[in-house]
Amino acid sequence: MNDYNFAYLDEQTKRMIRRAILKGLAIPGYQVPFASREMPMPYGWGTGGVQVSAAVLTPDDTFKVIDQGADDTTNAVSIRRFFEKTAGVSVTEATADATVIQTRHRIPEEPLREDQILVYQVPIPEPLRFLEPSEIETRKMHSLEEYGLMHVKLYEDISQHGAIATAYAYPVKVEGRYVMDPSPIPKFDNPKLEMDAIQLFGAGREQRIYAIPPHTQVVSLDFDDHPFEPTKADHACDICGAEDSYLDELIVDDQGGRMFMCSDTDYCNGRRAAGNAGTQSIPMEATE
Amino acid sequence: MTPLLQVSDVSKFYGHRIGCKDVSFNLYPGEVMGIVGESGSGKSTLLNCLAGHLTPDTGAVQFDTRTDGLRDTVTMSEPERRMLSRTDWAFVHQHACDGLRMNVSAGGNVGERLMAVNARHYGDIRDKATDWLGRVEISADRIDDRPTAFSGGMQQRLQIARNLVTGPRLVFMDEPTGGLDVSVQARLLDLLRGLVREMNLSAIIVTHDLAVVRLLADRLMVMKDGHVVETGLTDQVLDDPQHAYTQLLVSSVLQV
Repeated sequence: MNDYNFAYLDEQTKRMIRRAILKGLAIPGYQVPFASREMPMPYGWGTGGVQVSAAVLTPDDTFKVIDQGADDTTNAVSIRRFFEKTAGVSVTEATADATVIQTRHRIPEEPLREDQILVYQVPIPEPLRFLEPSEIETRKMHSLEEYGLMHVKLYEDISQHGAIATAYAYPVKVEGRYVMDPSPIPKFDNPKLEMDAIQLFGAGREQRIYAIPPHTQVVSLDFDDHPFEPTKADHACDICGAEDSYLDELIVDDQGGRMFMCSDTDYCNGRRAAGNAGTQSIPMEATE
Repeated sequence: MTPLLQVSDVSKFYGHRIGCKDVSFNLYPGEVMGIVGESGSGKSTLLNCLAGHLTPDTGAVQFDTRTDGLRDTVTMSEPERRMLSRTDWAFVHQHACDGLRMNVSAGGNVGERLMAVNARHYGDIRDKATDWLGRVEISADRIDDRPTAFSGGMQQRLQIARNLVTGPRLVFMDEPTGGLDVSVQARLLDLLRGLVREMNLSAIIVTHDLAVVRLLADRLMVMKDGHVVETGLTDQVLDDPQHAYTQLLVSSVLQV
């Protein structure tokens, strides 16, 4: 027991956020404004995601936090400890054991199930923002479905780089209606946005919540002659040998030596525990 | 012959002040109409009312749409009006920076209207953009440069290309040559005249420069204090002005 209300926020605030979440689920991809609260962490550290998590957590939930795929970075550890302390929920690093997963920049490699909720931290929810600075105008464009401008961004990419160079926060169209920023996940993860779990997106500073219900159609925007391609480093994980997971590139010495490893640490550990090995992996027992 | 644009009794007030009052005229396909008058005479207010940027307080602006014939653009729904303004209408601003996306390349600027009407083939969009840059005399190797790297005259020509790429039928121009030096003005006018004739465009040109309307406009409307004081064929109005204000306007032009 502790002195905080369950999951830090007061009940009225959580009700307000739940209403925004329900509205977001009812209109997939639509950005619902909500009265974002001050949280005991700076903007940009996941204040939106934390508020959404606080609103959906129940005492029976098991909570997992991912930061760039990893469970053990500062952001992930601090948010996990925050809810451990204020909500007393059990926490885990295993994707399969979690019921609520808060994430920043990645979707877990392991497919999610219907009884799971994935909460994204979103820095800038408006996909049209960098082309159209006026919020009044972008809202009008969303309501009238005027999305030509989004393709101007992709056009610029091709004209400058010969291919669509947008590698993260790749714009998608949800259920044939709203164009949505999937938060800064790599475009490798875009195909996974059509999943069994509920996906909730929270932007604290920008005060917006949006959602993708389970089994919703999510299409990445592209041109007929430059189709969407999910990309990753052309390599296998040097630790677990996985060829199908998104990889981080690590510079390991001053001579240009480098290695690749899964960005999803839980997935990598799971594969190693199952006996898989990459070209540079140390045997499991030696690490303990 | 049905007029392309039928304007009846359009008035716009700013509080008690008159923006423009009881303006009526018909514009026929292929016709270019000039609106002249001094600053504050209501020219731009009228143009913005016609183009749907401002809502007139009274009156109707009927446009001959491709599908449904004459429709009142004041009372039609906003999506329909915005659809018109990116297909059948074009608006050339006085300052190119109002009409262009300054942080998007020239090709992207021209392509935007195409993509807004669901062009989704990069190669086609790029070919069309290259073609249009050529038609407004911008060399093809500038297609990936941003408008910020263009001169004032080039920016204005780019704006024209961006507007005409979807083959509009009606072009609104607000001082298209304002702020350009005379030799650049002359080339731009030459280009505009060619495009208007070639594409059989109808246009409404607002300007205070009588030389511009002399070259481009078939008909002329003279405005003063929000009222239309004289209308007629361009030559007729400029060579034989009837209203005292028109006489003053025509005689105020400096002779070189």
